[in-house]
Amino acid sequence: MTTTNPAKCSSLSDPKILRNAIRDSFWKLNPSLMVKNPVMFVVEVGAVITLVVLVLDLLAHRGNFWFGLQITLWLWFTVLFANFAEAMAEGRGKAQAETLRKARAETKARKLRADGTTEIVASSKLRSGDLVLVAAGEFVPGDGEVIEGVASVDESAITGESAPVIRESGGDRSAVTGGTRVLSDEIKVRITSNPGETFLDRMIGLVEGASRQKTPNEIALNILLAGLTVIFLLAVVTLQPFAIYSGAPQNVFALISLLVCLIPTTIGGLLSAIGIAGMDRLIQRNVIAMSGRAVEAAGDVDVLLLDKTGTITLGNREATAFHAAPGVTEAELANAAQLASFSDETPEGRSIVVLAKEKYGLRGRELAPHNPTFIPFSAQTRMSGVDMDDRQIRKGAPEAIKKYIAEKGQQVSPEVQETVERVSKNGGTPLLVSVNFRVYGTIELTDIVKGGMRERFDHLRAMGIRTMMITGDNPLTAAAIARQAGVDDFLAEAKPEDKMALIKHEQAKGKLVAMTGDGTNDAPALAQADVGVAMNSGTQAAKEAGNMVDLDSNPTKLIEIVEIGKQLLITRGSLTTFSVANDVAKYFAIIPAMFAGTFPLLGMLNIMKLRTPESAILSAVIFNALIIIALIPLALRGVRYRPLGAAHLLRRNLFIYGLGGVIAPFLGIKLVDILITWMHLA
Amino acid sequence: MTSNGWLQILFYLGVLSLLTKPLGIFLYRVFERKGTFLDPILRPIERLIYRACGVDESKEMDWKDYGVAMLLFSGVSLLLLYLIERVQFWLPWNPQKLANVPSDLAWNTAVSFTTNTNWQSYVPESTMSYFTQMAGLAYHNFASAAVGIALAIAVIRGVARREAKTIGNFWVDATRTLLWVLLPLCIIGGLALVSQGVVQNLEPYTQAALVESQTVDAPGPIGTTAKQPVTTQTIAQGPVASQEVIKMLGTNGGGFFNANSAHPFENPTPLSNFLEMLMIFAIPSALTYTLGRMTGSARHGWAVWGAMAVLFLAAVFVTYNAESRGNPLLQGVDQTPSNIQSGGNMEGKEVRFGIANSSLFTTVTTDASCGAVNNAHDSLTPIAGMMPMINIMLGEIVFGGVGSGLYGMIVFVILSVFIAGLMVGRTPEYLGKKIEAFDVKMAVLSILVSSLTILIFSAMAIVSKPGLAGISNPGPHGLSQILYAYTSATGNNGSAFAGLNANTPWYNSTLGLAMLFGRFLTVIPILAIAGNLASKKHVPESLGTFPVTGPPFTVLLVCVILIVGALTFFPSLSLGPILEHLLMHAGTTF
Repeated sequence: MTTTNPAKCSSLSDPKILRNAIRDSFWKLNPSLMVKNPVMFVVEVGAVITLVVLVLDLLAHRGNFWFGLQITLWLWFTVLFANFAEAMAEGRGKAQAETLRKARAETKARKLRADGTTEIVASSKLRSGDLVLVAAGEFVPGDGEVIEGVASVDESAITGESAPVIRESGGDRSAVTGGTRVLSDEIKVRITSNPGETFLDRMIGLVEGASRQKTPNEIALNILLAGLTVIFLLAVVTLQPFAIYSGAPQNVFALISLLVCLIPTTIGGLLSAIGIAGMDRLIQRNVIAMSGRAVEAAGDVDVLLLDKTGTITLGNREATAFHAAPGVTEAELANAAQLASFSDETPEGRSIVVLAKEKYGLRGRELAPHNPTFIPFSAQTRMSGVDMDDRQIRKGAPEAIKKYIAEKGQQVSPEVQETVERVSKNGGTPLLVSVNFRVYGTIELTDIVKGGMRERFDHLRAMGIRTMMITGDNPLTAAAIARQAGVDDFLAEAKPEDKMALIKHEQAKGKLVAMTGDGTNDAPALAQADVGVAMNSGTQAAKEAGNMVDLDSNPTKLIEIVEIGKQLLITRGSLTTFSVANDVAKYFAIIPAMFAGTFPLLGMLNIMKLRTPESAILSAVIFNALIIIALIPLALRGVRYRPLGAAHLLRRNLFIYGLGGVIAPFLGIKLVDILITWMHLA
Repeated sequence: MTSNGWLQILFYLGVLSLLTKPLGIFLYRVFERKGTFLDPILRPIERLIYRACGVDESKEMDWKDYGVAMLLFSGVSLLLLYLIERVQFWLPWNPQKLANVPSDLAWNTAVSFTTNTNWQSYVPESTMSYFTQMAGLAYHNFASAAVGIALAIAVIRGVARREAKTIGNFWVDATRTLLWVLLPLCIIGGLALVSQGVVQNLEPYTQAALVESQTVDAPGPIGTTAKQPVTTQTIAQGPVASQEVIKMLGTNGGGFFNANSAHPFENPTPLSNFLEMLMIFAIPSALTYTLGRMTGSARHGWAVWGAMAVLFLAAVFVTYNAESRGNPLLQGVDQTPSNIQSGGNMEGKEVRFGIANSSLFTTVTTDASCGAVNNAHDSLTPIAGMMPMINIMLGEIVFGGVGSGLYGMIVFVILSVFIAGLMVGRTPEYLGKKIEAFDVKMAVLSILVSSLTILIFSAMAIVSKPGLAGISNPGPHGLSQILYAYTSATGNNGSAFAGLNANTPWYNSTLGLAMLFGRFLTVIPILAIAGNLASKKHVPESLGTFPVTGPPFTVLLVCVILIVGALTFFPSLSLGPILEHLLMHAGTTF
């Protein structure tokens, strides 16, 4: 998949995004915005209090101004860094929204009046149900459905894909999107959305994060973080009475520093950035999720329903072998097959020509001298072929050829029959070739399983996700392909309503189901599935029903979507674990620093051997702020995802983020202490 | 530490583990009504009770009804005990003619026994009549334990059930706990204790002539002291064995005598000591197996048991180690263990139990919310004295109180599953139930309540006049005394750093509130979780499911308990026992 999505160019190093993010970090200091994030709100309140105390101390000429100033500054930095993380994540989406907005630029539409005449109106005046005409070179004025005509459309504004796509009335490729451009022909479009509700509008809202709502899991995590914050707030507030009793009352700077270090600022500061970045990663893969909830659900999926064609196998079957009948050489069969396929413009037909050429060096020949009459494929005969001079060559499904030769009293030999059955059983499709009513042999058409699918399914299995192939093939063929591709299960001879029944069946067992679809008859199933990914090339109905749209219309992407969903949750969990584990070291930095003055013996708890009480507290606060900045790339990129079983993944991540979270701050705080001592800051 | 000591500790844990499965299965059968060998005798009694009380045993309750029934039952019981205490002088079985209990103490004691805390601000043998002890206190020893176990079973049902509205019937669960579990076990245990010499009678106190008469200082006329010869001793008597057994089995801990399990009539021999410790952990330990059995994942039950065992062994190690080292300030005193002495810090300990069994008992009684003591916790070395406090601060979930230990543990399980569960890339699930915002909210609330109760009350006491009036030692030890008292009350433990004089209106009332909050405000959110989990759809297990079995989960659970449970208290502990420990080694004591 080679797409050139404009959003991909934006990255951490993009100076414009960086500049905007820095500006936004200050905007976001607004308490009415901060209060939505309880952890960082507490930090901001703490920063305000230290600032006030600092000024009062300065006026009263008391306290250690230099120390207080640094603590105050770093507390503000902590808040700003968290805001910066969020702004960075939003910035990347905003850059893409900008590109999309350009596509939404006001255009004129040719609206069809009831009497058949047209009038020119602004595209923003169009309402659902209006009919418009769009000719080559014009922009599609709004989302809609082609009700008449065929056209090639440039959808690069939305998808980034420069190759034009065909849009035609009826069928599953009838949807057009506002802002795309018609390249050839003229189509009549029925508008399906009202102003401000178009696909483009929704996309802009989504990527900008404006319509972002907290996902269920994010809400739950927020509650946990708020709870921890309250617990630590009380632990610090009640510390003062204990300290007074012990004869070592603490100043505001030390207490607030302890509080800010203990509450989970790392995850609290990065939480919304992680969520936005998760959506962003989808967008980078050209998938638009209609809600963050859908992305999370993708991580929870238990069953993937995958259409065989286009997802597991390359869209088209290919000829892979010629099986000659007794008394016929393979070369003769290949020759006849090639002749019969010259007029066959289907990919299958072309693959027969190619195979004959590759295997027997048979090239395109001058057929004109032989007075050829091409017989195109028809639904009645289910055969195609060519009549020339004295030869009548036909190729078609075994049943069709049998019927055709039976008219002349001919029969298929048992050997050929056997070959036909063997090919079917192996997952191939047999075609018979007859020359003058004599069967020359069998062409084996094979479904080509896409490269690397088996490994991906193995990965999915390791993650505990069952894959299920849906196909219209007969059970024999389906079983063979299922085996070859390595899927866990298959549904053969499937009708659209079977899909729906299957989803309901799995959901009744408590499982979450994901599927892709593009046709109108997929819409109910897409709506029923927990994660329904509609292809952008599909119908409007399908796109409305699903909760994600894949702009590349690549069904295999479902697997990536699941991985992104998992990655999102893993990143949240890992950083939460890391953040909470950090507290151990911070205690060992701050508690001895607070009380070693009064009780020098408590200096024994200063196992990091931080130089002075001031440097210890400052180091902890600086580390606490810097770790947010240090983890922004991880939050935006996501923890690297590995397809492992849950038990293995848990062990691994506990080791890295749990144990690592305990150890890292010991090293980090010590390092900061050395640095600020060297710089004579404390 | 001696190998003999460790052998005894490990033997104890071994016997406990062997007891866990059979007793756990028995509990499972009792509450899932699978039929037990006791049914022929007990079923008719049970039916009679329901008919008399108008209980429809087939009718189940949702979590709110269950909670209301539990609160009503506890509330009425509380009032009844308060009344008995206030009028005990006029009631029968009061051969010592003990006076009516003052109101603040009566309130404190009523709350204390209703909440399964058994904090005692008084000297029982000189305050409570036989009637109060048996009809009031002993009743609560059974009732509060039954409430705890019933709640645990209801919570387990919540985890186990799928798409259900109800989590059982409180009256049925409590009745079955009493008839099938507590009474039979008490009869067996009581007889075993009597065999060891624990007394059981209704006699007036005995006057005994001293073998060696002594002379003591007594207040003489106007500010002088006079030498007074003492030739007789009053030996308290009473129905001790029957009280003792439920005090242990129900993790109550309220002693018949002030000396509690250090008194030779309560705990005469090493074997009785072993049995008493075993009785404390028996039901809490078995409930982990019941959890595994009822939820269909025996391995999860054992993983939870494993986390409890790890925390238990760690606490025993620290306590035993600290006590074995003795007191560094006692120079010229032989503190090394030998064949004729157990060595270490023997202050406040019974010679017949020694260091190992005192350390073990201290850990067991504070891990579980029992609070019985066979040695004086106030006399423990600072680090050893900190361990009981930490054990309680963790939320009484290391085996814990009967029932309350398990449901408290489930809160930590849910938090662990939630914090780390995300790391496997799925919405966290606990045994097939998705953990969502509501569950997290309730779990956090439950933990919040107990942490806040301990910290706020302690902080208030430590800077207020009536609070400071209670402490008997200045400096960090005084801080420890106050912290221990509120920790013990909130955790419904009931043990004390005996140095604190808590029989004052301030302590009686605030400790009473702490006990109420610690018991009821923590359990309501847990019941809500149970009700919510019960109504959820079950997600079948797959390779991608967060595993709540096996060592990684056990390690995770232990870490979450330590970080969430202990870190909250680290600042206050560092100014109390940790500072005291450092000062002691530098030569200062309090």
